[in-house]
Amino acid sequence: MSELIDARGLSCPQPVMMAKKALDSSKESELEIMVDNATARDNLLRLAKHSGCKADVTSDGEDFIVKITR
Amino acid sequence: MFRNKSVLITGGVIGALSVILTVFGNPANMGICVACFIRDIAGALGLHRAEVVQYLRPEIPGFILGAFIISVFAGEFRTRGGSAPLTRFFIGFFVMIGALVFLGCPLRMVLRLASGDLNALVGFLGFAVGIYAGLQWLKKGFSLGRSYKIEKGNGYILPLFAVALIIFALISPSFIFHSTKGPGSMSAPFILSLGVGLLVGILAQRSRICMAGGLRDVFLMKDFHLFSGFITIFAVALVFNFIFGNFRLGFTGQPIAHSDGLWNFLGMFLAGYGSVLLGGCPLRQCILAGEGDTDAAVTFLGMLLGAAFSHNFGLASSAEGVTAGGQVSVIIGIILLTGLAYLNIAKSFSSNKKRR
Repeated sequence: MSELIDARGLSCPQPVMMAKKALDSSKESELEIMVDNATARDNLLRLAKHSGCKADVTSDGEDFIVKITR
Repeated sequence: MFRNKSVLITGGVIGALSVILTVFGNPANMGICVACFIRDIAGALGLHRAEVVQYLRPEIPGFILGAFIISVFAGEFRTRGGSAPLTRFFIGFFVMIGALVFLGCPLRMVLRLASGDLNALVGFLGFAVGIYAGLQWLKKGFSLGRSYKIEKGNGYILPLFAVALIIFALISPSFIFHSTKGPGSMSAPFILSLGVGLLVGILAQRSRICMAGGLRDVFLMKDFHLFSGFITIFAVALVFNFIFGNFRLGFTGQPIAHSDGLWNFLGMFLAGYGSVLLGGCPLRQCILAGEGDTDAAVTFLGMLLGAAFSHNFGLASSAEGVTAGGQVSVIIGIILLTGLAYLNIAKSFSSNKKRR
């Protein structure tokens, strides 16, 4: 079971804030965040690194799905 | 890995080239200033008639086109729009008002600091507090909403406007104004300014450097990644200012600056506050506009109008000091942005979540 957050089209730093909030509050071991630009993708990868989590990126058309696993 | 270093490289290049542009003729501590240069462009287009600040600065179209070219090559050019464009226009307008009361965008603030102008330290404090204040709204759920993918042609408009500005600068038609005295008359050679603009546009697009984002991420996540670019600009410009003998520590007699502490603080407070609500500083808006973000392009136009208003209605400061109109506008700007922030608190992000 994983949670998918749709953060496409949101300005900085909202995708990261949404992911951080979910990481802090959710008990899920996996979190997926969908974003539509490389800046948000990179910010999420940095958040995962800072939080000591693993992160993988897959492309979905022009969007990216960042999977954060703790 | 490159991404981590690219922000340092970008900061270093901006710091060095900013001082070099002043050596080649740009006004003091104004190697690069997004606010001042947009103001000069507004003047050159006749949108305001302040005779000392009219010049089609090639650096700005350089930023936009550098970001456009590299984002096309890197596959990152994405045409998008629809995230509260009018609100962004309005915020961009007031970011410019605040910056011109202080006399510089966040980037020039760092450059002024690196030449020993302590008024910029007061401005920096205001900027930091403004970012912190804006961040509180983001934590409460402030959002200007989503942007959506739109047809590519929409994303070409601002880059084409940048091309038009370069053509006007080259052929100087009679309707383009060019200062014969004051800061607008001082400039590095056209080709050097354009080259630096393009290079900075390319590097800023790759590194995502952002003066507002730097402090915001420090406050939000103790993440110093973007802020390291901010520090590098300062450090490298400081070294270059020492080399070229530009460093002079103090509050008074600083070039194109005033020493009214309260309004240096509040002007940059407004610039920082608005930049956080927009999601990026004035430089970042130019870069995003080059990447196809039409909301950032609208913000750019808001900044252009803000600059025109600033000089049409005597709101901008000068070395002589701050004007009454400037003071009133900054206060109105802070109040209006606060109201806007309150009215744009999204009810819930829960609709963004799905389980699967």
